[in-house]
Amino acid sequence: MSEQKYYVPDGTYWPIIGSIGVTILFVGFANQMHGVSWGASAMVLGFAIVIFMLFGWLGQVVNESVNGIYNSQVDRSFRWGMSWFIFSEVMFFAAFFGALFYARQISVPWLSGEGNNLYTPELWDGFKATWQQIAFSTPGTTLKSGVEMSIPTQLVDTWGLPALNTALLLLSGVTLTFAHHALRAERRNQVISWLVATIVLGVAFLGFQVAEYGHAYADGLQLTSGIYGSTFYMLTGFHGFHVTIGAIMLSVILYRVQKGHFSADSHFGFEGVAWYWHFVDVVWLGLFVFVYWL
Amino acid sequence: MKRLTTLTSALVALVSTNVFAEYGLNMTEGVTSVSRNIYDLHMMVFWVCVVIAVVVFGTMFYSIFAHRQSKGHQAANFHESTKVELLWTTIPILILVSMAIPASKALIDLEDTSKADMTIKITAHQWKWQYDYPKENISFISNLAQSSKDSIKGDKKPEHYLLEVDNRLVLPVDTSIRFLVTSNDVIHNWWVPDFGVKQDANPGFINDAWAKIDKIGTYRGQCAELCGKDHGFMPIVVDVVSKEDYAKWVAKQQSAQAAVAASANKIWSKSELMAKGESVYNTNCAACHQKNGLGLPPVFPPVKDSKIVNGPASEHIKIVLHGKAAMPAFKILNDVDLAAVITYERVAFENTGSIVQPADVKSAR
Amino acid sequence: MTTATATIPHGVHHHGPEKGLMRWIKTTNHKDIGSLYMWFAFAMLLIGGALAMGIRAELLQPGMQLMEPQFFNQLTTMHGLIMVFGAIMPAFVGLGNWLIPMMIGAPDMALPRMNNWSFWILPFAGGILLSTFFMEGGAPAFGWTFYAPLSTTFAPDSTDFFIFAVHLLGFSSIMGAINIIATVLNMRAPEMKLMDMPLFVWTWLITSFLLIGAMPVLAGVVTMMLTDRNFGTAFFDATGGGDPVMFQHIFWFFGHPEVYIMILPAFGITSHIIPTFARKPLFGYSSMVYATASIAFLSYIVWAHHMFLTGMPVAGGLYFMYATMLIAVPTGVKVFNWVATMWRGSMTFEAPMLWTLSFVFLFTIGGFSGLMLGIAPADIQYHDTYFVVAHFHYVLVTGALWAIIAATLYWLPKWTGKMYNESLAKIHFWWAVISVNILFFPQHFLGLAGMPRRIPDYSLQFADFNLISSIGGFAFGASFFLLTYIVVDCIRNGKPVSARPWKGAKGLEWTLDAKAPYHSFNTPPSRALIEAESQHSA
Ligand code: HEA
Ligand code: HEA
Ligand code: HEC
Ligand code: CUA
Ligand SMILES: [Cu+2]
Repeated sequence: MSEQKYYVPDGTYWPIIGSIGVTILFVGFANQMHGVSWGASAMVLGFAIVIFMLFGWLGQVVNESVNGIYNSQVDRSFRWGMSWFIFSEVMFFAAFFGALFYARQISVPWLSGEGNNLYTPELWDGFKATWQQIAFSTPGTTLKSGVEMSIPTQLVDTWGLPALNTALLLLSGVTLTFAHHALRAERRNQVISWLVATIVLGVAFLGFQVAEYGHAYADGLQLTSGIYGSTFYMLTGFHGFHVTIGAIMLSVILYRVQKGHFSADSHFGFEGVAWYWHFVDVVWLGLFVFVYWL
Repeated sequence: MKRLTTLTSALVALVSTNVFAEYGLNMTEGVTSVSRNIYDLHMMVFWVCVVIAVVVFGTMFYSIFAHRQSKGHQAANFHESTKVELLWTTIPILILVSMAIPASKALIDLEDTSKADMTIKITAHQWKWQYDYPKENISFISNLAQSSKDSIKGDKKPEHYLLEVDNRLVLPVDTSIRFLVTSNDVIHNWWVPDFGVKQDANPGFINDAWAKIDKIGTYRGQCAELCGKDHGFMPIVVDVVSKEDYAKWVAKQQSAQAAVAASANKIWSKSELMAKGESVYNTNCAACHQKNGLGLPPVFPPVKDSKIVNGPASEHIKIVLHGKAAMPAFKILNDVDLAAVITYERVAFENTGSIVQPADVKSAR
Repeated sequence: MTTATATIPHGVHHHGPEKGLMRWIKTTNHKDIGSLYMWFAFAMLLIGGALAMGIRAELLQPGMQLMEPQFFNQLTTMHGLIMVFGAIMPAFVGLGNWLIPMMIGAPDMALPRMNNWSFWILPFAGGILLSTFFMEGGAPAFGWTFYAPLSTTFAPDSTDFFIFAVHLLGFSSIMGAINIIATVLNMRAPEMKLMDMPLFVWTWLITSFLLIGAMPVLAGVVTMMLTDRNFGTAFFDATGGGDPVMFQHIFWFFGHPEVYIMILPAFGITSHIIPTFARKPLFGYSSMVYATASIAFLSYIVWAHHMFLTGMPVAGGLYFMYATMLIAVPTGVKVFNWVATMWRGSMTFEAPMLWTLSFVFLFTIGGFSGLMLGIAPADIQYHDTYFVVAHFHYVLVTGALWAIIAATLYWLPKWTGKMYNESLAKIHFWWAVISVNILFFPQHFLGLAGMPRRIPDYSLQFADFNLISSIGGFAFGASFFLLTYIVVDCIRNGKPVSARPWKGAKGLEWTLDAKAPYHSFNTPPSRALIEAESQHSA
């Protein structure tokens, strides 16, 4: 990378397109939820605009990068940007983990009279605090929102699919590291094989996750199963969403590797995605331990 | 003109300490040990702040006055001293520690509800308070007084405008009382400044607080947590009476409730139900469904021309008894009141529903 | 001068801005984007202020004269939201955009395209938020703190639009913060060490970490609201094992750092203006940096001081009380350092200095009332009364907003190359500072006398102080017409200034042309220049 001036790009249309896209997406979503007929179509349109924007914007960045417009300082800016973006994602998950811990350690025990809630059980005849099974003892309950709670008949088996998924995701972290080493050694074919392996593992993870959701749902563990169902699906759901994004980004990287975009000492695109993938990995470990296991 | 005089008198109030008390410039000392503790803490911290303010602002204003260019003052050039930095880190810490000690004691004391002689359960509803005396088996609802409701838009305000209720909470003096506070819908907060009691009412949980009131009198407070449209209109009035008067009051309440229970067994005529129903409706339902039955759509639906109101009575009884989403459950009303208000809704507003008897409500419970 | 045009790589031929509307939509320039932010914030300040005028008009006298209670709640809620997310935060981001690259000797922000996006999400988010006023059921009416379940089960459909608006606002803030971190850490002139950075840069760097840590949590909590409202989850519903108080914990884990997000950059601004007009270097530069960092750290561990009355166990109450009180220490250090900077200076009192001096005075008063609120048992009587309203307007209006106005006047000559009208600015200052105290000081008394906040109507004993407060409010509101005039007049007709219009001013920005060039530093400043302009050099 040459040491030239810091690259300050010319004006760009992509951000405003992106803003219009997300606005249409969100307005559509809200209307969809309120049963407005055009809501869903607006969502699709907004989503399409966002995708278009992402391709256009990132495509332009890739182009500039390939043409050697970026110096090492720009590269560092990207690194700072990506790391703190990932940190913000960590904090987003932290909110949901916080909810999980709070519910488990505080609100559910308090509902059964612990802490300074000596009198609270008066309101909940016969309620016993058992994490994961909030709803077991009270069939037929409706939430304040009017939704009837779903009563699970069985809980997810930690050492079945979740354990397998843990193994898959950990393995994918390893294969991705191999891919990185290969890239540093400029062995493109190896990079490609390891990347493909990583993506396959990621997709397999997603497949099993969907299968597991199917079982859980059939057994009655649903979003409406009280706080356990809520935290379970929101945490694993957002995680699965991130795996999906990660897998798509890995595929783009795979394509770029094939195109020969990266060199041994200049491959921020690859590294940024790898960081992201490892982050998704670590989140899963937290999920496995706190949602499925303990 | 009247405004102008109040304005001038208020400005006078600002400068003359005498009038301060009258206009309520400071926190009340209240009538419980807790409220007095709080008051003392408040004044202590306040004076500490005043002293610090005098020192800090005094220095600043001296400097502004003396070290100005227009007076020909030349700027010095010092800009660092670890010594003073340490000094003005340590001194505030010491001050804070000396405040924290009495504050901790007060906090520990006021959270200790173990020594209470009697219990009152307070349940908040949008926008009224329900008081239960579990041992005495008394239960009633306390709404904003009609006199206040009627004068919200008018010019003539009654004496305790917005601080008067239809049914007051009655408590004995010199008795340790435990308040159990909860809510039926959103978060409210039961606050009587003179007791030093302010406790969030959280739906699904019961919080507690206590007070031992040492002066007979009438005390007023308000809901202190935003709870929707009529948050500003759910006052609290407490009559603190001698222990003998309290016993008398309890006996009277109990016999009144027995009479109501007895009347639930007879068959009521339509006009009796309608007359009673109208007043029950106006106190309990009109806040949302409005006096004219038109509601405030989209949040509060009309009861005029409603499918439920004009449909089978059982569904109507069910929604009023058990509530639905933002519609509160009215299990707390007695069978007679419920039969009356349901009948009223079904007949008034040009509705065409059947009348409902207390026995119907009883069997639906 | 540093406008030298060294060879610029191909594809990058900017000699100046494009013309017309497209310049503003497409711009990647930190100054353009800074200006956009500032104008947006100003528009929002006027809208939020107009809503506040509605509040004060209804509270002018007892009884409901102008509106229904529900609409009053909408005013309160939207006033709080618009002021916090629409006015104060964007104004500081705008100042950061304008000033940071100039202060650290950089050509621009590190990620200019993303910078554009950070801004151009805002008008859409603001538009969605404001549009709720016109929806069925009205705008959000559950307070800017939107406690569940009032904001979930009991709120109108428009709430879902509010939720998405918050998502967008959060997205914008996070991108803005990432950009500032990358800029400060990566774009600094190679010769500038961290401890050479001006305090405004320091405070913004630290604020960015608050933003990145806090905003995603806000996004999380509104997402939980969304699913509780629409998809049957039970985060905040005890029936399903959730807890409305959990909402408050998550909200305030964001909310408390948020209030320091709105004050730390103000501290930075103050630390520039006082030395300039005292003609004396800032006292205790490094302790200022450490104090800022301590405040930021503490701000993450005190959140439940907003929740003393939720039924918290004693141990929690004690802990949060102690932690809260501790914040007075580093904040005190800042105040003392400012006073020490003035001490034995050679002070003059141009408008920016007047705003800053009154900032120190009035913010400290707000800090004292904050300390009183932090005393857990005493908060029983203060909580949710006008005492709290008085507290936070002293720290927000005469704190954050004051600093923003001071900064605008102080750097306006650098932005425009022209000088504002000093005597008008002085008139405006005295008008504002007197009326704002008539507006907010009596609210302390109202709160202590027992007037709850967020009520549209009150009993008769509160009438007099409310009347005074409203009159002060209208007078203060009207002062913004003059402010608008002063700024526009400066841009249009101001007298040209020299590169360093304030005699005592230090900082790299003053070494640029009188009107700062479109690209700040194309060649980084030298060590000698940095040292000469640093805040801790004598
Ligand atoms: C810019 C915003 C800002 C700032 C800087 C602060 C600063 C502080 N705030 Fe404030 N606060 C708000 C904005 C802010 N606050 C808002 C918006 C709310 C209401 C939210 C809502 O409910 O809507 C609120 C509410 C609020 C509460 C909750 C009240 C309640 O609802 O019951 C509390 C309680 O502890 C509190 C405390 C403090 C403290 C201790 C500080 C401290 O940081 C102050 C420190 C400063 C000083 C103390 C002065 C200077 C120091 C010295 C001169 C040193 C010597 C001093 C001593 C040793 C005493 N604040
Ligand atoms: C962040 C900054 C901020 C700022 C700058 C302000 C500025 C003002 N605030 Fe606000 N306020 C909050 C943040 C802020 N506030 C928050 C967070 C809340 C809590 C909300 C809640 O409870 O949820 C609150 C709540 C709040 C209340 C309590 C409401 C209640 O509890 O019901 C009141 C009442 O007096 C009030 C008044 C004012 C006034 C008069 C101003 C003035 O300083 C405004 C002056 C500015 C202008 C007036 C703009 C100029 C306008 C024009 C030039 C247009 C022409 C207009 C006319 C003159 C009609 N505010
Ligand atoms: C706090 C506000 C509130 C109060 C007070 C209130 N209601 Fe309601 N009511 C509602 C809401 C909200 C609904 C809509 C519930 C839903 O369908 O989600 C409703 C619905 C109803 C309905 C069904 C109307 C329809 O067509 O769907 C009836 C009947 C009714 N209420 C009767 C009463 C009676 C009788 C009282 C007083 C004893 C009362 N309500 C007090 C808020 C209230
Ligand atoms: Cu009930 Cu406010
Ligand atoms: Cu706080």
